[in-house]
Amino acid sequence: MTAEVVRIEGLHKSFDKLEVLRGIDLAVREHEVVCLIGASGSGKSTLLRCINLLEAIDAGRILIDRTDITLPGVDANKIRRRIGIVFQAFNLFPHMSVLDNVTLGPRRVLRLPRDRAEDDATELLARFGLADKRTEYPDRLSGGQQQRVAIVRALAMHPDLMLLDEITSALDPELVAEVLSVVRELAAGGMTMIIATHEMGFARDIANRVCFLDAGRILEDGPPSRIFSAPTEPRTRQFLDRVIAAGRM
Amino acid sequence: MISPSGLPAQPAVSTGRRRRDGGRSILIAVVSTLVFFSVIGWVIVSSPSWPLVQHDFFDAEVFWRYLPVIGSAFVTNIALFLITEVLVLILGLFIAVLRSLPGPVFFPVRLVAIAYADIFRGVPSLLIIYVLGFGIAGLGIPGVPNDPFFWAAVSLTLVYTAYVSEVYRAGIESIHPSQAAAARSLGLTQAQALRYVVIPQAVRRVIPPLLNDFIGLQKDTVLVSYLGLVEAFRTANIEQQSIFNYTPYLALSVIFLVITLPLTRLTDYLVARDRRRFLAGAR
Ligand SMILES: Nc1ncnc2c1ncn2[C@@H]1O[C@H](COP(=O)(O)OP(=O)(O)OP(=O)(O)O)[C@@H](O)[C@H]1O
Ligand SMILES: [Mg+2]
Repeated sequence: MTAEVVRIEGLHKSFDKLEVLRGIDLAVREHEVVCLIGASGSGKSTLLRCINLLEAIDAGRILIDRTDITLPGVDANKIRRRIGIVFQAFNLFPHMSVLDNVTLGPRRVLRLPRDRAEDDATELLARFGLADKRTEYPDRLSGGQQQRVAIVRALAMHPDLMLLDEITSALDPELVAEVLSVVRELAAGGMTMIIATHEMGFARDIANRVCFLDAGRILEDGPPSRIFSAPTEPRTRQFLDRVIAAGRM
Repeated sequence: MISPSGLPAQPAVSTGRRRRDGGRSILIAVVSTLVFFSVIGWVIVSSPSWPLVQHDFFDAEVFWRYLPVIGSAFVTNIALFLITEVLVLILGLFIAVLRSLPGPVFFPVRLVAIAYADIFRGVPSLLIIYVLGFGIAGLGIPGVPNDPFFWAAVSLTLVYTAYVSEVYRAGIESIHPSQAAAARSLGLTQAQALRYVVIPQAVRRVIPPLLNDFIGLQKDTVLVSYLGLVEAFRTANIEQQSIFNYTPYLALSVIFLVITLPLTRLTDYLVARDRRRFLAGAR
């Protein structure tokens, strides 16, 4: 049995009076790919942001490699550098070249010398078909290329865990495939990932496990073959029916 | 670029009709401008006391005689605004960062920064120059210089740092929080996120309003003449009183325009460019 990378216990999170996460329990093992599905507003993004401490949590525990990162006195910066996150809106740094975007973390956080960081970044960029974009600025790239740069930027920190938050929803349909193939490659390489997605076909392909989030709870958790073909919860079935009706599966 | 219609130039449209309209509007603009200024000029020149005014304010001989004198005194103004601008750029950013420090621990720091910006923007510059240049300098505290240039630079720095810190702050707040979040997610500290991600973008965005404040600062260097500093305005003033002719002021105005006009045009160009980018939906 491989080791547990993430364990979440009884996680609660509210924004003012709105309770967004209402008791999340989730454990993810090394090399596992877990897809979070669920309606808009069900709390997928919030859950991912809590895991790398971009949001403060109200109750519960989050353990990364069996260390509780929610205890007071834990250095959040140290935790974050081991968890890569890729956002729906890319969030590349527009004033920096692709290379500078990718090397910012390694140079300023890991304190790698410039040439080492750049060699490493160049290699990663080449692996994802971005070798010729090193000196380009983000606004000169297509959405798909920008999102791939964002993935490389997170990978450059050599994270133990990647969190992907609907990374294809801001893309034109013809650009989705190139980004998803990058994610497939990461999965094939054994990267542990938690992926919030509306791409059900993709989730079915790539996930070891699918979690259906509904109103801040994980209502159903299982292998994609079961969740997609024989969900036990009526709400999961409703959700999947709606997705199928909308032609997203 | 400003088209004769006064609106920012439209991209060239290739239909013949529009072209011809464009040519005609240039013609109309030229004719109406000529007519407008001729009428104004005629009204002024034909007024009964014009010869007197011309003699007092627009004496060409006086103008050319005093231009070099006032020009060399203007070097003091240049030195003053260059030194002040550098200080203002640095201190303004510092104050803006202090004001954007989060959390209750920094409340007193934020309070001081806010009070400073409010006071120095709220009191007329001239009063601040008086208070500092005569009040503080007059205390005669050992080690504190008495030099009017020093106090002129200090006063203008304090006044304009208050303005510029607000400009920077607006710039910092205009950078979407997702940028800082992306930086933090890589493990950068709050300070690093500010230093490498937020501030560089904010500074780029506030260059036009910063230039605007610099134009104000350059003009305000004449105020320090009240401290007895013999700079260009004071020089013009002395000459005016000795020859009973106001033309030296005209000479100084022209010198100011030579300095500020390029900056004004550059600022307007940058503002228009930013607006175009914004309209084009680019970042
Ligand atoms: N910073 C915030 N402040 C207040 N409310 C928030 C904040 N972030 C999220 N919310 C609210 O929390 C709820 C869950 O949001 P979240 O973004 O986690 O949903 P999601 O499942 O990712 O939805 P989507 O599929 O649309 O991305 C929503 O109702 C949202 O309005
Ligand atoms: Mg979301």
